[in-house]
Amino acid sequence: MNPFQLASPTWMISPIILPLIAGLLCFLLNRRTFAIALAAAVANLLAVCFLTYQLLLFGPMRCHMGGWQPPLGITLRSDGPAVLMLLMTAVTGLAITVYARGYFSHRILNLRQATQHQEQQRYFWPLWMLLLAGLNGLFLSNDIFNLYVTLEIIAIAAASLAALSGKPASQLASFRYLLVSLLGSLTYLLGVVFLYRSCGILDLDILQHHVANGPGIRAALALMSIGLLLKTALVPLHFWLPPTHANALAPVSVILSGLVVKGSFYLLFRLWFEIFTQLITPSALNFMGTLGAVAILWGAVQAMRQHRLKLMVAYSTVSQLGYLFIAFPLSRIDESIQVWSIVIFMALGHACAKSALFMVAGAVFLHLGHDRIKDLNGVRASLPIPVFAYGIAGVSLMGLPPSAGFIGKWLLLTSSLTSSQWWWALVIITGSLLAMIYVFRVMSRFFVIPEDYSVTTSAPLSPLLEWPALIMALISLFLGLAASWPMKILATGNTALTQVFPGGLP
Amino acid sequence: MITTLLYSMTGLLLFAMGLFTLFIHSHPLRKILAVNVMSTGVFLIMVATAYKPMPLGNIDPVPHAMVLTGIVVSVSVTALALLLACRVQETSNLDLLERKKQARIPEESRR
Repeated sequence: MNPFQLASPTWMISPIILPLIAGLLCFLLNRRTFAIALAAAVANLLAVCFLTYQLLLFGPMRCHMGGWQPPLGITLRSDGPAVLMLLMTAVTGLAITVYARGYFSHRILNLRQATQHQEQQRYFWPLWMLLLAGLNGLFLSNDIFNLYVTLEIIAIAAASLAALSGKPASQLASFRYLLVSLLGSLTYLLGVVFLYRSCGILDLDILQHHVANGPGIRAALALMSIGLLLKTALVPLHFWLPPTHANALAPVSVILSGLVVKGSFYLLFRLWFEIFTQLITPSALNFMGTLGAVAILWGAVQAMRQHRLKLMVAYSTVSQLGYLFIAFPLSRIDESIQVWSIVIFMALGHACAKSALFMVAGAVFLHLGHDRIKDLNGVRASLPIPVFAYGIAGVSLMGLPPSAGFIGKWLLLTSSLTSSQWWWALVIITGSLLAMIYVFRVMSRFFVIPEDYSVTTSAPLSPLLEWPALIMALISLFLGLAASWPMKILATGNTALTQVFPGGLP
Repeated sequence: MITTLLYSMTGLLLFAMGLFTLFIHSHPLRKILAVNVMSTGVFLIMVATAYKPMPLGNIDPVPHAMVLTGIVVSVSVTALALLLACRVQETSNLDLLERKKQARIPEESRR
């Protein structure tokens, strides 16, 4: 078959290969790195849009790499959830690329440490492109060992990015982050070995039919889950997340918090609800749900107690990740596809809102030179657009309509009530209230203008620092209104969802 | 069969030892070595898995390919971890920083 045909599955390679080539070029040429990265991010978005179009036309597809058939060869797969996660990565990735440009050019203006910032910028672009390639590979791979390799690529790139800032705290945090990621991937790899020993197959499609209940497979599932939970930072394995995310450079925090955590979660979810469906017991699902509930409350309380804006946003990530796990125990009642819709909505909404929040935190930090919450008075007067973006992203975190967070929480609430597990609904509502408290705690500071306040006359921020945050926040707000689009993509090739929502969406 | 089991058990033992060291010791170098021991354990289990009765010979080549990939990954990750550990030592070791500062001040005053 002609590889350039419209229906050819070979197009699936492009989201992986484009950022990879761009990363290599950025590293080798060392000139015009931003232009290369921007071109790769735009091309990546176009390629992902094309994959979406292809999915809507032809349904889910498999691409056999190098023409090798599954038991031996490696397969890529595009289906509803994978394409949606790719879209999320591509849109957020484009915003991050633009924002990072503004961030670095603003910091290079500061002549005292210009060389250090230039150095940081030089290493940022190749690493970021490598990370993008790894993430796209993770979402597309259909081979359990290939997934391990993408996890390691992500871990290496993410740890190096986190260390870029050069401060002692960030060095220590990224060293810990690397060790934790390594521990997670090694545990996952041990699980892969157990699985291979029991089944002798690595391809997910074939594995789905070969998984039978047995001690080897149960051990494999437990090991893989623990490894991935460690990477996803579910309470009590979250200890590494706040220091790493809060001490990194602002664009890096956006990448780590918006995208990287979703990668391992997506893989975990896929394993639980597609491969090991026979092994999952209600008690295991309830256990995950309980951990998620603890994460929501603990993360929110910690976020309220923080004195620094970036740490607060990082703890809010811990809290929001809990919602993804609350969806686990609600899966028994309906078909698993409903859980997919909840989880995808929470993940999309959180990626947009959280990246907006970290962008705002970075802009505030650049403007004031610190991010202590009690000294944030009157930022509204000097940074109107970021404060607006903060408010809108906060709306999505709290789950007010019409944001994506609202749709996700609404689906969670209705399915917990219809399945008569009301205690999850209680946790969800409490979590939203706590989110409101920590969002407004900073918001009120932004708007208080003391009497002797004068607008600081530091260098004005470039629009590249302000508009990406606003656009991401607006996307998270209006995703709720356009909810039928993601659902349509998710339902393609999946008959169950069309039965769940026969006449459109709630 | 006994040999395979022996190798697998040794691999698991190595993994457990590495995990123990990773949690107990705080020195960065020990932690990196512990992770290396853990990955060696996993690779050992993989190599042991490769032996199974097959139609053509008794060796399954897929685990070998996995081990090779795993070794490449492990080498690069170890390099990164060592580099980061050096950076942590340099930046967070206050005594060293102080000494460097002390060494720099006389130089500047001489000029």
